[in-house]
Amino acid sequence: MHEVSVTVNGVLRSATVPARRLLSDFLRHDLGCTGTHVGCEHGVCGACTVLLDGEPVRSCLLFAVSVDGAQLTTVEGCRAPDGGLGPVQRAFHECHGLQCGYCTPGFITTVTAYLRDHPDPTEEQAREAIGGNLCRCTGYQNIVASVLRAAAIQRGEA
Amino acid sequence: MKPPAFTYHRPASVADALAVLAETGPDGKVLAGGQSLVPVLNMRLAAPGHLVDINRLGELAHVTVDAGVVRVGALARHAAVERDAAAFAALPLLRQATGHVAHPAIRNRGTTVGSLVHADPAAELPAVLSLLSGSVTLASASGRRTVPAGEFFVGPLESALRPGELAVEALFPVPPKGSGTAWLEVSRRRGDFAVCGVGVLVTLSADRRVAAARAAYVSVGPTPLTVDLAEAVAGLPADRADWAAAGALAAARVRPEDDIHATAAYRRHLVAVLTARAGKAAVANA
Repeated sequence: MHEVSVTVNGVLRSATVPARRLLSDFLRHDLGCTGTHVGCEHGVCGACTVLLDGEPVRSCLLFAVSVDGAQLTTVEGCRAPDGGLGPVQRAFHECHGLQCGYCTPGFITTVTAYLRDHPDPTEEQAREAIGGNLCRCTGYQNIVASVLRAAAIQRGEA
Repeated sequence: MKPPAFTYHRPASVADALAVLAETGPDGKVLAGGQSLVPVLNMRLAAPGHLVDINRLGELAHVTVDAGVVRVGALARHAAVERDAAAFAALPLLRQATGHVAHPAIRNRGTTVGSLVHADPAAELPAVLSLLSGSVTLASASGRRTVPAGEFFVGPLESALRPGELAVEALFPVPPKGSGTAWLEVSRRRGDFAVCGVGVLVTLSADRRVAAARAAYVSVGPTPLTVDLAEAVAGLPADRADWAAAGALAAARVRPEDDIHATAAYRRHLVAVLTARAGKAAVANA
């Protein structure tokens, strides 16, 4: 067993887990952060995407023990400082960028990191940005619209 | 879809890593980015008894350009290689090809050297290393050896790495002045493994005639396949070279197989078309 400590959305959290514990399960089962969803568990669907030291990664393809000491941001950390919806979450809400919502945490984290680095994407770039995330409900049209809307919100064009 | 149990090792130095690998032998596996290894474990296709995590070995995270070689350390992530300005200036093919490796979230964690060692015949980097006649440096407790690409890729998912060895660095030689490269591939969805992928390297003489032309292919054989295109295009002015003939030449050399993703005939067709397009693009980049 290994003692693993990570900072999740600004809060230091620890648990003792076996080496085989995936980061996705560590977040959900050991730390109770169930916002991160688990889809395919082999890196294809993107539902479990979290930010590791600011960069999107698949949490189902990492061992918790291997990222001991890291800074993590999950969908719970993408909210506004007042606890309400963050800009990306608000855009998905406004543009109906989700239906069942299962894939949404992976989209929110991916888009949050993408817009930090690319504040004014074209529609084509928005599609490329979400290319690694699968959604079985929406047909992606409203998700692309959500990315563009989130960019506009963050630029202050609310 | 959970990985089997293993004993976890987190060495603090390369020497420590090599000592653990020597001790664990065939039951030890290196964990770098894990973007190929962890799916294999989750799907229970492998169950190594020991994982040796090299993620704390910052000394292996380098991407450096010196003496006509781009050196990529075992812990350099795809994203770092892709972004590296000096590596791009020296060897644009690295960025051209790496941009096709899965998706950004995978490239943020997966490593270039890990992709080489995994030796997937559908992966880009093995073909890039082959096209450039690069090599991989392997270290073990008893010494180091450097294996050229032509001997490194032994079969599908099989490299020349031996139990107890750690691939510490890949060496990508910078092509001669006047060279241009291009990478093209066709996949069902962007970011998926290619149905067929091709990298082309052309070298032009001072009067812009084709002095040399080579291509490397993914997903059309058990290991990366390189084809010399000189027979079709050498000596011709670059803007009038018959790249369709080069494509036909390559299509006659490859031995693709039918599988669930595409027929052999379709893959052969893609080899011809993509070679012709990539040849022209490589000339434009020269």
